[in-house]
Amino acid sequence: MWSVRALAATAALSLLAFSTTTFASEPKQGGILRMYHRDSPGNASIHEGATYSLNVPFMPVFNNLVIYKQDEAQNTMDNIVPELAESWAWVNDNKTLTFKLRQGVKWHDGKPFTSADVKCTFDMLMGKSQQKFRQNPRKAWYEQVNDVATNGDFEVSFNLKRPQPSLLALLASGYTPVYPCHVSPGDMRTHPIGTGPFKFVEFRANESIKLTRNTDYWRKGRPYLDGIEFTIIPNRSTAILAFVAGNFDMTFPTEVSIPLLKDVKSQAPNAICEVEPNNVSTNIIVNSSAPPFDNIDIRKAMALALDRKAFISIMFEGQGDVGGTMLPPPNGLWGMPKEMLQTIPGYGPDVNANREEAKKLMQKAGYGPEKHLAVKVSTRNIPVYRDPAVILIDQLKSIYIDGELDVVETANWFPKIARKDYMLGLNLTGNAVDDPDQSFYENYSCGSERNYTNYCNKEIEKLFDVQSQETDIAKRKKLVWDIDKKLQEDVARPIIFHARTGTCWQPYVKGVTVMTNSSYNGYRYEDVWMDK
Amino acid sequence: MFAYLVRRLLLMLVTLFGISVVIFFLLRIVPGNIVDILFAAAGYVDPADKVDLEKQLGIDQPLVVQYLHWIGGLLHGDLGYSYVSEKPALQEILPRIPITARLAGLALLFSASIGIPLGVISAVKQGSRIDYALRVVSLSGLSLPSFWLGLLVLTASVAMFGQMPIFNANPRSFGEAFATYCIPAMVVGFRSSALTMRITRSSMLEVLRQDYIRTARAKGASDAAVNYHHALKNAILPVITVIGIEAAFLIGGLIVTETVFNIPGVARFLVEAIRWRDYPIVQNLVMFIAVVVVFANFTVDMLYAVFDPRIRYTD
Repeated sequence: MWSVRALAATAALSLLAFSTTTFASEPKQGGILRMYHRDSPGNASIHEGATYSLNVPFMPVFNNLVIYKQDEAQNTMDNIVPELAESWAWVNDNKTLTFKLRQGVKWHDGKPFTSADVKCTFDMLMGKSQQKFRQNPRKAWYEQVNDVATNGDFEVSFNLKRPQPSLLALLASGYTPVYPCHVSPGDMRTHPIGTGPFKFVEFRANESIKLTRNTDYWRKGRPYLDGIEFTIIPNRSTAILAFVAGNFDMTFPTEVSIPLLKDVKSQAPNAICEVEPNNVSTNIIVNSSAPPFDNIDIRKAMALALDRKAFISIMFEGQGDVGGTMLPPPNGLWGMPKEMLQTIPGYGPDVNANREEAKKLMQKAGYGPEKHLAVKVSTRNIPVYRDPAVILIDQLKSIYIDGELDVVETANWFPKIARKDYMLGLNLTGNAVDDPDQSFYENYSCGSERNYTNYCNKEIEKLFDVQSQETDIAKRKKLVWDIDKKLQEDVARPIIFHARTGTCWQPYVKGVTVMTNSSYNGYRYEDVWMDK
Repeated sequence: MFAYLVRRLLLMLVTLFGISVVIFFLLRIVPGNIVDILFAAAGYVDPADKVDLEKQLGIDQPLVVQYLHWIGGLLHGDLGYSYVSEKPALQEILPRIPITARLAGLALLFSASIGIPLGVISAVKQGSRIDYALRVVSLSGLSLPSFWLGLLVLTASVAMFGQMPIFNANPRSFGEAFATYCIPAMVVGFRSSALTMRITRSSMLEVLRQDYIRTARAKGASDAAVNYHHALKNAILPVITVIGIEAAFLIGGLIVTETVFNIPGVARFLVEAIRWRDYPIVQNLVMFIAVVVVFANFTVDMLYAVFDPRIRYTD
């Protein structure tokens, strides 16, 4: 009898627990999500910036034509879903991409959204309109777009010069919101108007950014939150302490370093933290237009001297990835497989053997134990740049290169690089989209504004175009691997490592997805809710 | 007295003119400008866009023209627009002034109200345990960098109370207001109070050895009357000078404290503006600080006459 009662009680409790769990997992409306922001963005216009400091607070204000699914961690072509578009189709031998647009969508100021807004946005991005952005860092993304044509108020077509399947991926990035035609670029910098789940309320430089729920949002039932408030705290120690003390519901995304993560977990054991790659590579920019790095032997020797694992274990306690230009698998979609990577000089597991080979190359170039090569390693005066530069200098010592750290203030970094006033530079490159078109054309094509080293290889450039037009993913992947391998062998911009960083939130914050192959695309926040 | 005041006011104007020239040209000597930083943030440089932007902001003009444009505007109450936020500079600066002023005022109050009495006690009890203890405290106050002390206070607060005194523009309770302003003010004022204590002590020791103090004691005056009425009144002049100088130096301490406690005051804003080379904000803010410092010095000079009747500013 007792055992029957116990069984019944257990069953009842299980049922209760199950129903409670089901109840708890139902999203709740309301609440203001409080988050700290790592710095004060220069303005509020996503199209005019190239830092995710802009995407995080302002992506919730907008919608794209299409977007990477916000609850999937990995950005893939299969994860792209319509947003302001209802559907899309490739026509005309894959040279025209047509979107049917959603009807009844309103801008935050009440005006209706139409195809004219899409045309305006992309004409401005392509530099074809009278109104201009003050800065237009992603103009090169639309190099293959001939024009954007409207067909009525709710259809728009992108006519391309040649097929470019990855255009869809570029359009799905957090960097590609649709702007309203009736608001000037200047006003968008100070008071952005979007169609997104949250309306812009206020941006007080160095102080705070406030967003409020768009009650007229086209996606019914979203967003769950009443608003989002970002407090700008540039001091990382203060920010982390404030999160630990419960002043914030969430840290700034991917801003918690691995050592800091330990502090968070020890002081706030209930906090949920995720460590993921952010598709930002740490690399070396080499001035190959002037001695001594105009000598390919010295460039190769430098590449051979790198102990990538040492960088990762010192800086990230082993939580980083070795790869080429493209983010390595499994998080990256296009990175070379490990076996292929290890065939590239400097990537082999025997660091001592690599360095012996490097020493021989240095001796061939006239340097040795008696005659060291003195170089300056320039980098920005920011810890994520400075720390690996110091490790690099230490590693170069092993092949007769005496490096001196040249710390450059941010304001002077790009002018210095542009006038080729450097020998070696320690640089970080973030990829907004895990797609070769974005990475190759932006960083390695002849004449690209972000190709800081002016690396120019016409043969490789042709391969860029071949892979860009390839619609078969497997074939394209093979092409991309070959290109990436060649780029590393050419010491075009040696990649040292791909970083991993942490994001933490309080246990009552639900619906957060940290993307694993880009840190620019996952901040719509319409699925986030708070269980309290 | 009137002629002295006029002379001092004229001197102040000349000083402020000199400061305006120095600020303006020093800012332009620093490598890089807002356009470089905007392009650095965007990760590329387009020479044509860069020229356009420099033209839009007026930084392509000759320096003298830019200076005259700034000063002309300043005299008409037009401080220009922030290059970063594109809002009027006055609109950016004004709301931040009361925050820093409150913080600075409280820090000075803390410095004087702690430093002077403890300095007197230390001097009166010279050589005693309490004197040694106070001297150690004052030495530690001078040695501890305020950013470290600030972080220590924040860490201790989180560890002990599970809360952090982070800035709130509209505090809901006295406790929150205390945390918002008084704790940072104490952190920044700790160093000043240590300095004030040491100056008060040495000045008091000097005065306490004077004949008139011995005379006062011989006449049967109480210790309190001797120490506070006769000695402190005469020992206070160097202390006032130091507090005046500290008021000027306080801005340095406030930059660090505002950063650590995340207080959106003028000092942190100034650092950010310098980082962005936001000339209209930096120039006008530094001018504002210069005016405050010049007036603080002027006030200190006037206070001399109040505290020491022997000092009279005659023609």
